[in-house]
Amino acid sequence: MSAGDVVWKEVCALADLPALGARQWHAGDTPIAIFRNAIDEVFAVLDRCPHKGGPLSQGIVFGDRVACPLHNWSINLRSGCADAPDEGCTTAFPTRVIDGVVSVGVPGA
Amino acid sequence: MSKQKLVVIGNGMAGIRAVEELLKLAPDKYEITVFGSEPHPNYNRILLSPVLAGEQTLQEIVLNDWDWYRDNGITLNTGVTIAKIDRVKRNVIDSNGNATPYDRMLIATGSNPFILPIEGANLPGVIAYRDIADTETMIAATQQYSNAVVIGGGLLGLEAANGLKLRGMNVTVVHVMPWLMERQLDRVAGGLLQQSLEAKGIQFAIGAQTQELVRGESGRVAAVRFKDGTSIAAELVVMAVGIRPNTALAEAAGLHCNRGLVVSDTMQTYDPKIYAVGECVSHRGIAYGLVAPLFEQAKVVANHLAEYGIGRYQGSVTSTKLKVTGVDLFSAGDFTGGEGCEEITLSDPVGGVYKKLVIKNEKLIGGVLVGDTADGAWYFKLLKEGRLITDIREHLMFGESSLGDTGHQGQSSAAAMADSAEVCGCNGVTKGTIVRAIKERGLFTLDEVRKCTKASGSCGSCTGLVEQLLASTIGGAYSAESKADKPICGCTDRTHAQVRQAIRDHKLLSVPAAQNFLEWRTPNGCASCRPAINYYCMSTWPKEAEDDPQSRYINERAHANIQKDGTFSVIPRMWGGETNASELRRIADVVDKFKVPTVKVTGGQRIDLLGIKKEDLPAVWKDLDMPSGHAYAKALRTVKTCVGSDWCRFGTQNSTQMGKDLERALWRMYAPAKVKLAVSGCPRNCAESGIKDVGIIGVDSGWELYVAGNGGIKTEVAEFFVKVKTAAEVLEYSGAFLQLYREEGWYLERTVHYVKRVGLDYAKKKVVEDAANRKALWERLQFALDGEPDPWKEFAKAKVDTRQFIPIIPIYPGAGVPA
Repeated sequence: MSAGDVVWKEVCALADLPALGARQWHAGDTPIAIFRNAIDEVFAVLDRCPHKGGPLSQGIVFGDRVACPLHNWSINLRSGCADAPDEGCTTAFPTRVIDGVVSVGVPGA
Repeated sequence: MSKQKLVVIGNGMAGIRAVEELLKLAPDKYEITVFGSEPHPNYNRILLSPVLAGEQTLQEIVLNDWDWYRDNGITLNTGVTIAKIDRVKRNVIDSNGNATPYDRMLIATGSNPFILPIEGANLPGVIAYRDIADTETMIAATQQYSNAVVIGGGLLGLEAANGLKLRGMNVTVVHVMPWLMERQLDRVAGGLLQQSLEAKGIQFAIGAQTQELVRGESGRVAAVRFKDGTSIAAELVVMAVGIRPNTALAEAAGLHCNRGLVVSDTMQTYDPKIYAVGECVSHRGIAYGLVAPLFEQAKVVANHLAEYGIGRYQGSVTSTKLKVTGVDLFSAGDFTGGEGCEEITLSDPVGGVYKKLVIKNEKLIGGVLVGDTADGAWYFKLLKEGRLITDIREHLMFGESSLGDTGHQGQSSAAAMADSAEVCGCNGVTKGTIVRAIKERGLFTLDEVRKCTKASGSCGSCTGLVEQLLASTIGGAYSAESKADKPICGCTDRTHAQVRQAIRDHKLLSVPAAQNFLEWRTPNGCASCRPAINYYCMSTWPKEAEDDPQSRYINERAHANIQKDGTFSVIPRMWGGETNASELRRIADVVDKFKVPTVKVTGGQRIDLLGIKKEDLPAVWKDLDMPSGHAYAKALRTVKTCVGSDWCRFGTQNSTQMGKDLERALWRMYAPAKVKLAVSGCPRNCAESGIKDVGIIGVDSGWELYVAGNGGIKTEVAEFFVKVKTAAEVLEYSGAFLQLYREEGWYLERTVHYVKRVGLDYAKKKVVEDAANRKALWERLQFALDGEPDPWKEFAKAKVDTRQFIPIIPIYPGAGVPA
């Protein structure tokens, strides 16, 4: 996805997200997990683990990773990809925080 | 800042392992230069015997190929030795005359084979058995000559003899001592070993003293002559009579050596800039010649080179396994016995099986196994842990499988399994896959096998099997690591016990406080350590520690049990498994209102509502208006009961009331792992008290308490704990036992594993025999549970973040649906 294709959607305030936690955004039929880590970085990935589709939004967040709640795969929130030895990626969406408002970049028309 | 320079002298298993460990901790700290005298990258020296035997190739035993050095920015000089260490100028001069400066140095020069000082020792055809060149010389000799003599009936000598025999030579092993492998075996075991090797066609000259090696017409060795005047033809003589630490370079540099280069517990030599590991080292007077201790040393030295400064090497207990296919032999610890020792032996000379276990002060201190070594890893673990064996003594000889006969925790002998047989049922990993990974990728530890293959990485029930596979594939190189020695996770080097202790000693009240104090390497831990630390803080400092919901697994954050499709299951509490029309009606109404797809009666006498959406959880709880069943938590689950004396014609005690009282006293009790109780009203035991963490059986004269049972992955029958008279005593003894477990258990350790670790006698001493301690434990538990909230009703007090039940609904303009 190049930057030009992205449409930014303001979704919530940073304060709406628990630190080292996540919340789910149903973007139409697309469940997107929005994460906030300990240093207030915000990440958004498709809320489906590449392994068996587990809801990543329910996992334990650490560093820039989340552990899937179903089988403990470790997913890199920047890339959406699983750490070795597991293989597979979920979609990662760009995010930005401006004046405490979180936006997620979704594919534009 | 420019990198410091690390010079590593020695390109063998110990030195390179240390470098690998260092790269894990501090990948960018040093510019590393390695010198190796052999013209090869680091290879697995232990596997030279299978190479000699034709079972593996040289290519297969390389541990770190040339690319590895390049990829890690390491300068590798092979075929180069170091002529001199200049400690004043801080550089080394190599055999090409080049100087290389260092800030720190690691000496890992290994050992040299000992050559008997006899006439003819320097003839062509006389070699030691140490490296790839020796192995190649031997293989070449087997193609030209037919008679070989191996001098030395130790581990290495016998492996050499076996390999030469397999390659078609006539082989005689000359051994001056009265039986083979006298440092690892007793006389009986040594004799049995000799028998099985004789069956393979190897000949022995036991007790024979070598006088000289006789020169043949060609100039090559032609025979071995003994002191009694007899001689044996030999065109190849392999000396395997022992090794000596290779300290010549260190001694020349003025470093203190005494049968090895002397190091402290941090693997530092007398020169603080210079560290040493491996066979060249003398630690507390011992020079180790097996690989497992060298790896432990490598870990410690890496820690200090990385300037973490917390590791200490405190010596190793070693075990030996002979790598001769078809001959099973295992030896560990002190197997000779002596003053104050007891021996248990099993001897079946015809069947070729001999086992001897040596016990001192109720602990296993050594053992020898011949013919059947399936339990070697288990005995070695017991030995290393120093666990009291009183409670398993009568079963000890019959191995781990005799302690329980269902499940699959390693008791199916791994060696007997077919390659296609599944070892790890969770991840579908076969024996063949694991063995191949161990061989091809040079794996040595359980963790490495888990990382590479995922085997035993999920429920862990096949851990024993995987350990057996490691032991049988790499033999003496494998050192069973017990959980006691293992760090909690990759974020730290601290063990569970150390973390618990620090939280208690230094009153650490939160996850970040503990991680900070204990110098965690990661900014906020991981999904393995955070829940453990959170539990340790909460259980050690009730009412004071700060619970961190984000350090709890989703089930304990959402207070329901996550299912494979992301929905949740809800199990309300039914005290003692009893319910009534009003509760059932409310449950039925919830099922209708929320369209619950599945309603299931659980094994714990409750009702499970499956397939509930997370958004609906608070409303479901409200409509149910029943307490949380904690069926999702590492906490008290159910107290299963039979109907007891109220109704049953056999009932001797009111088990239902007892169960309800226990459940009301103990609910909301978090623990290292889930806790299940049962109360039966008579010895017919309809509530299945025999497989519960605490199982109670009513008898005419009172109540019998059983502890540490488990009906899960591996069925474990609960052990008799105590018999009491009154219901009040049942509460106090059960509660005190559980509090002991809560205070001392490691996270995710069930009562069965906790009691196995500390011993049943210990638990009895603390709870049954010491009345004051029992009362104190029981009071501490009541204090911890007093006023604890029901998480389904008191959200704020239970720190339930209710935002999680509401998906984000964008309130800002421009938000919407992605195309």
